[in-house]
Amino acid sequence: MRVNVTINGDQRQADDVWEGESLLYMLRERLGLPGSKNACEQGECGSCTVYLDDVPVCACLVAAGQCQGREVRTVEGLAAGDDLDPVQRSFVEAGAVQCGFCTPGLVVAAHDLLRRVPEPSDPEIREALAGNLCRCTGYEKILDAVRLAATRQASGAEAR
Amino acid sequence: MSKSAPVRTPTDLTSSVAGGIGASPQRPDGNLKVRGEFAYASDLWHEDMIWGATLRSPHPYARIRSIDITEALKVPGVYAVLTHSDVPGKNLYGLEHPDQPVLAVDVVRYQGEPVALVGADHPETARRAMERIAVDYEVLEPVVDMEDAAHGRGTPLHPGGNLVRHVPIRHGDQQVTAEVVVTGEYEVGMQDQAFLGPESGLAVPGEDGGIDLYVATQWLHVDQKQVAQALGLPLDKVRLTLSGVGGAFGGREDLSMQVHASLLALHTGKPVKMVYNRLESFYGHVHRHPAKLYYEHGADRDGRLVYVKCRIYLDGGAYASSTPAVVANAATLGVGPYDVPNATVDCWGVYTNNPPCGAMRGFGAVQAGFAYESQMDKLAAAVGLDPVEVRIRNAMHEGSLMPTGQVVDSAAPVAELLRRVKDKPLPPVNRTEPVDIREMPGGASNTTHGEGVVRGIGYAVGIKNVCFSEGYDDFSTARVRVQVIGGELSALAHTAACEVGQGLVTIMQQIVRTELGVERVTIAPMDTTIGNGGSTSASRQTYVTGGAVRSACQTVRGRLFELAARKLGVDAVGLSLHGGKLVSDLHGVLADLVDVLGDDVVDETVEWRHRATESLDPVTGQGNAHVQYGFAAHRAVVDVDVELGLVKVVELDCAQDVGKALNPEAVLGQIQGGSAQGLGLAVMEEIQTSGGKIRNPSFTDYLIPTVLDMPPMSIDVLELADPHAPYGIRGVGEPPTISSTPAIVAAIRAATGLALTRAPVRPEHITGT
Ligand code: FES
Ligand code: FES
Repeated sequence: MRVNVTINGDQRQADDVWEGESLLYMLRERLGLPGSKNACEQGECGSCTVYLDDVPVCACLVAAGQCQGREVRTVEGLAAGDDLDPVQRSFVEAGAVQCGFCTPGLVVAAHDLLRRVPEPSDPEIREALAGNLCRCTGYEKILDAVRLAATRQASGAEAR
Repeated sequence: MSKSAPVRTPTDLTSSVAGGIGASPQRPDGNLKVRGEFAYASDLWHEDMIWGATLRSPHPYARIRSIDITEALKVPGVYAVLTHSDVPGKNLYGLEHPDQPVLAVDVVRYQGEPVALVGADHPETARRAMERIAVDYEVLEPVVDMEDAAHGRGTPLHPGGNLVRHVPIRHGDQQVTAEVVVTGEYEVGMQDQAFLGPESGLAVPGEDGGIDLYVATQWLHVDQKQVAQALGLPLDKVRLTLSGVGGAFGGREDLSMQVHASLLALHTGKPVKMVYNRLESFYGHVHRHPAKLYYEHGADRDGRLVYVKCRIYLDGGAYASSTPAVVANAATLGVGPYDVPNATVDCWGVYTNNPPCGAMRGFGAVQAGFAYESQMDKLAAAVGLDPVEVRIRNAMHEGSLMPTGQVVDSAAPVAELLRRVKDKPLPPVNRTEPVDIREMPGGASNTTHGEGVVRGIGYAVGIKNVCFSEGYDDFSTARVRVQVIGGELSALAHTAACEVGQGLVTIMQQIVRTELGVERVTIAPMDTTIGNGGSTSASRQTYVTGGAVRSACQTVRGRLFELAARKLGVDAVGLSLHGGKLVSDLHGVLADLVDVLGDDVVDETVEWRHRATESLDPVTGQGNAHVQYGFAAHRAVVDVDVELGLVKVVELDCAQDVGKALNPEAVLGQIQGGSAQGLGLAVMEEIQTSGGKIRNPSFTDYLIPTVLDMPPMSIDVLELADPHAPYGIRGVGEPPTISSTPAIVAAIRAATGLALTRAPVRPEHITGT
């Protein structure tokens, strides 16, 4: 089948999509957007988190065909050109990135949290990121990164 | 298949944020990673590529009567179906003993063993073709008991029997007795590395009949050697480039898809991509050896150790992998970081039909650590001492003797680390209304408001060797080039040492900046065009590759001084480099290095090795086998819901000596991540097997800590320089994984009063149901 979908603001088209294919496979293997990661492909790790019509979803659990005519925003669509999103910048600065395989999913999840809750408490951050596994960091610096991004956004200067 | 993506290959890391050693500059790959643009091995793509897939044995032990690929070859879109008869070279590989077939011939020894390969136009096509491969198995009774295997009972699975290695250590008086004796039997479950980036890579057939392999691995040159042997190619026709690695923790030291993808690529003439999914990943790499440990500690009435006797069994599963080295570690580190005047240690590593086990962070020291630290708590109770006090009374220090007879010849601040974690303030008890249930065992599932919840505190300390041991020629190769690019002084560092997430690329930049005063440092992709970098394991890369990069910088510096001497007519003695300037002791700033260099390029490659070690005497286990020892201590505070058996780790504090923190923030990241893996082993992580079969090969059933499980950590980092190591550093990555598990289990024991002799602790161990 053919799927037409808006990705990071661009109108895209994927051909020969097989019915069983996930949004994650379509993004990674057909549309040249491998930023969303494939750590489990069964909805357990959050590494594939993307926005589908502005709601964060696990791209591995969404069938590619379900995205016909809808809007997807991936980790590749968060930065404005060379300017990183504040969440992305905070992840780099706080040392929240080691191997980075969890990072795209965590960045999208944290981005979504800070849109909904601009100044989250620690338990709120933990609850919001509970679906995203990271094997390298022990999460401490990921929490630091989200706190840093929240402070940045609260200070207004760098909010987008 | 239509496709509009660019080819993604590993590129130079040019991002260079100022900061020499001792600072914490940002990673040069950080921006790429947060943008989703870093090229991991599973992201690679090549024009005209096809997909490879692996048919694996469903049985832990079976004879293969026949393999029929006729129907599979008929599936449209299939390019090749390969079996053992298509392996052109040696169909056996392995890290220490080549005992593992690339593709099974007439027998399979574990569930998940590769039997056949398919190359097809789509992963789904490959899957369908695999269903059409008919393998006729005669199922055999699997060998699953490690103690039987160690003592010659049961079917031999390999020509030499089921014992892979036995290491005995005899230290001091073997007949000595003691007033106080405590004994214990312990078990450690099989842990998985659970790196997030699945095994994957791309094999591209070369025009010269060779292969270009882009993979996620821990050691390019050991892969190269094994792939070349299996393909029957000379080394120079097998070229490897490291692609983005999504974590490793030991699980990528053995081959996974490297030979398989190469075979398919050579047979089809097409680039072949292979990516495991999570299920296949559980079968596709070795795990941490499960262990059974029998300990006896003898002490005087003051709790001073008189002797330790122990027997340790490690289940290596179907193939040897790195079992011999894991056995040596468990044995030599088997009594822990204590002064033990008399020791009798025996450790066996064996073959069974369980999943193959090999390297995982902590490497033998983890299993022993759980047992000897549990014993120290028992000893404390037996002599009526505080658990920290009994440890401090026996703590090893610089100058102490290991049971191998090796003198610990640099800092060993075991007592100090324990004091530090003990003196940290304790977290408040979560009992004042309103109770925040998110902080309770069970969390938001609202299982308790504090009823049935008891708090406990536990301590542990551990020891780990750093670098390769037992006389191994352990070295790394580094190339450093300095030149002027666009009017700016630039350096390039190139090694084959694998960046797997730990931050070696940052450390390399820092070292070059410090040694050469050059701010802009590019890191070239890691590949086999340069000499061996050694393994990214044994907490060794900052030590060995860091040492090699420093040494290459020193050679480059000497060349720059010669150049300056020649061009400026000054004496090469008494020169130094600072902030891109050439400085003389006598005359101050002489010139800009940019001007001294002009169009010249200084490019030097060096091999650097740490001081030599010795093998262990096969009868007494004596010998200076290790390069360096690292130590960490933990204090764990837990709340346990004794009715439901749920555990909440409330706080996990750590103190560790790192010799010198080249990058203090990265050191914290290692301690936090290592402690989290120890927490996983304490309360949740285990590959459960029955009859050799894995019962939980998914992230639904194999749980690793989430952000809700991982408590805040307060960390003290000591910097007691090791005079033998570059910059005084001490390997950081593994020690925190060792003491974290026993500290948490001790805390659960303190809360519940239960004996808890097995890690991980499951709810039913607490509730007794
Ligand atoms: S890959 Fe989608 S949740 Fe893990
Ligand atoms: S940084 Fe490696 S999994 Fe999170």
